Amino acid sequence: MVEAKFLKPDTLALHAGQHPDPVTGARAVPIYQSTSFVFRDVDHAASLFNLEVGGHIYSRISNPTVAVFEERVAALEEGAGALGVSSGQAALHIAIATLMGAGGHIVASTSLYGGTRNMLGLTLPRFGITTTFVNPRDQEGFRKAIRPETRLVLGETIGNPGGEILDIPAIADIAHKAKIPLMIDNTFASPVLCRPLTLGADVVFHSATKFIGGHGVAIGGVIVDSGRFDWEGSGKFPTLTEPYAGYHGIDFAEEFGPHAFISRARTEGVRDFGSCMAPQTAFYLLQGLETLPLRMARHVENARKVIGFLKANSAVERIASPELPDHPDHALAQKLLPKGTGSIFSFDIKGGREAGRRFIERLRLFSHLANVGDAKSLVIHPASTTHAQLDAAALKEAGIGEGMIRLSVGLEDPDDLLDDLGQALRAAAKG
Amino acid sequence: MRLTVHGRVVAATTGGTDFNPAKPAVLFLHGAGFDRTTWRLQTRWFAHHGRSVLAVDFPGHGWSEGPALESIAALADWTAALIDAAGLKSAALVGHSMGALVAIETAARFPDKVRALGLCGVAAEMPVHPEMLESARANTPKVQELMTFWGIGNALHKGGMVSPGLWLRRESLAVLSGNGPGVIHTDLAACNAYKDALARAAAVKCPTVLVLGDGDLMTPAIKAKPLAGAIAGARTVVVPNSGHFMIVERPDESLEALKASV
Repeated sequence: MVEAKFLKPDTLALHAGQHPDPVTGARAVPIYQSTSFVFRDVDHAASLFNLEVGGHIYSRISNPTVAVFEERVAALEEGAGALGVSSGQAALHIAIATLMGAGGHIVASTSLYGGTRNMLGLTLPRFGITTTFVNPRDQEGFRKAIRPETRLVLGETIGNPGGEILDIPAIADIAHKAKIPLMIDNTFASPVLCRPLTLGADVVFHSATKFIGGHGVAIGGVIVDSGRFDWEGSGKFPTLTEPYAGYHGIDFAEEFGPHAFISRARTEGVRDFGSCMAPQTAFYLLQGLETLPLRMARHVENARKVIGFLKANSAVERIASPELPDHPDHALAQKLLPKGTGSIFSFDIKGGREAGRRFIERLRLFSHLANVGDAKSLVIHPASTTHAQLDAAALKEAGIGEGMIRLSVGLEDPDDLLDDLGQALRAAAKG
Repeated sequence: MRLTVHGRVVAATTGGTDFNPAKPAVLFLHGAGFDRTTWRLQTRWFAHHGRSVLAVDFPGHGWSEGPALESIAALADWTAALIDAAGLKSAALVGHSMGALVAIETAARFPDKVRALGLCGVAAEMPVHPEMLESARANTPKVQELMTFWGIGNALHKGGMVSPGLWLRRESLAVLSGNGPGVIHTDLAACNAYKDALARAAAVKCPTVLVLGDGDLMTPAIKAKPLAGAIAGARTVVVPNSGHFMIVERPDESLEALKASV
């Protein structure tokens, strides 16, 4: 019996995309802190600009350090190619701009990061792109919301902040029947806990600032393409299947096949919009990627201990974590995320907004800030921060209560985390 | 670009320029289970450097109408007809793996239609592992995984693509998984059954270059030696740090090797 013994994810997290530098022998990925790269001769320059050969021209479009990061994330996500950009929001924007222009329509889950919701609901309509929001558990709602002009279905693997699990295979099937791709924000799961492209999604994006970077030191984003969506067969994506004057009439699907989408995203998206990833950022994020499998295992382990502690605490009214059997998506989570659902979840404290304020202010180890997925434990009050732009109805639609608190459980000794939470809960309950 | 061969639609890319039959033509022929996009890092260069390019999808592959053809001889007949359909008197044929066998067969049987050969990842025989054939026959994913695993050279299993951000393992699997039922089996069975390469090679009279990967497990460089010896004046270039997919793994070196001959 023969088998394909591909390198496994834990190995790829350390090695994918890089070979020791052949000139210096450097084992770590060097930071190629250079805006531009010397051409071998005039013909080489022209060939690079005309996409006749591979290589680097200018770091807005590609950079060797960033390329290692991109290839490594593509490997971990099981994608055919990736594009590193300046933030998760830039990833979302470039992906959308690559697929559609004015008149395009998106069907998206209601359970999204507030910034995503803002871009889709408030900003993109100004550019002629509209979105219909659907409850992530309402599969029929997704199907009904798709219109002739719909060009994308969008959701998060693990919803923010309610922990809704998107049934990726089912939603992918609905999207594919309409000949449109499914794009997933996999930030909260990371490729260690879920690989949406293996579940039927077509494109994945991340705020790499979060678990991928893992140390709260760099802002970055990445788009990963499965390479499998049939753009030509769909007939709805002229940016990928019709001649593009930006490269003398190139037809990306005809010439680049599985790399059509990611190639256009690079050669038009970051070239024209300019939201590129800096090489220094890629270096920081690569340090995070190297330990991502180890960190995610510990994040999950610690989160489960914290959830158990909160569950038993009388000051806690409700916990929204798919780790718990009473969460509506618990069974789905066990199926799609068998290693765990990460370490970001929310809970409601008894006493509402005021008790929540006292709780947050009394925490000593948990840092009160607007980030998640850090090695250090974090806390925030979504209704007044990350989702503050939502009105009461939208907050309710997104499952966010006035007293909801979101935790991002870090890698500290879990006993210390439980002690910190315990004393803050006691203080909150005292009033 | 679309052409019609034997009454069926054939898809091809022209490398980003209008196809002009008056220029020296280069036809790119892909390997088993793959398609025209294999050649994306060669087609645009040739098309913008004085050649007319057609990187085709064989019948039943990519965007070309099926069914897939069942023998190397049939694919050679089809290639000769393609040259006619494109309005060409002759063309250089650049083939990869199965496509290289087709190129040899075409050059031997239709010498007036072939002005040069580029044979990438080629060997005198291409026996296919029985488990691959069985998986292909049963349309299970295992054959796609084995073709990808054995096709990629040792170095590229860790990545390091020349084109930024691309991950070869999944590119290969994405293309292979797009094939219709039976297509990969038809290709592999054709390769497995073809025993005429050496005899046909002796009849090849046109300038020929063999482009081989030093770490190719599918068609090891040493297995191409008899072929190189059989083709009068054939040049051999062994690409370092490359497996069977040298045209993607080491596109610059592969392009350099092809430039001088085609």
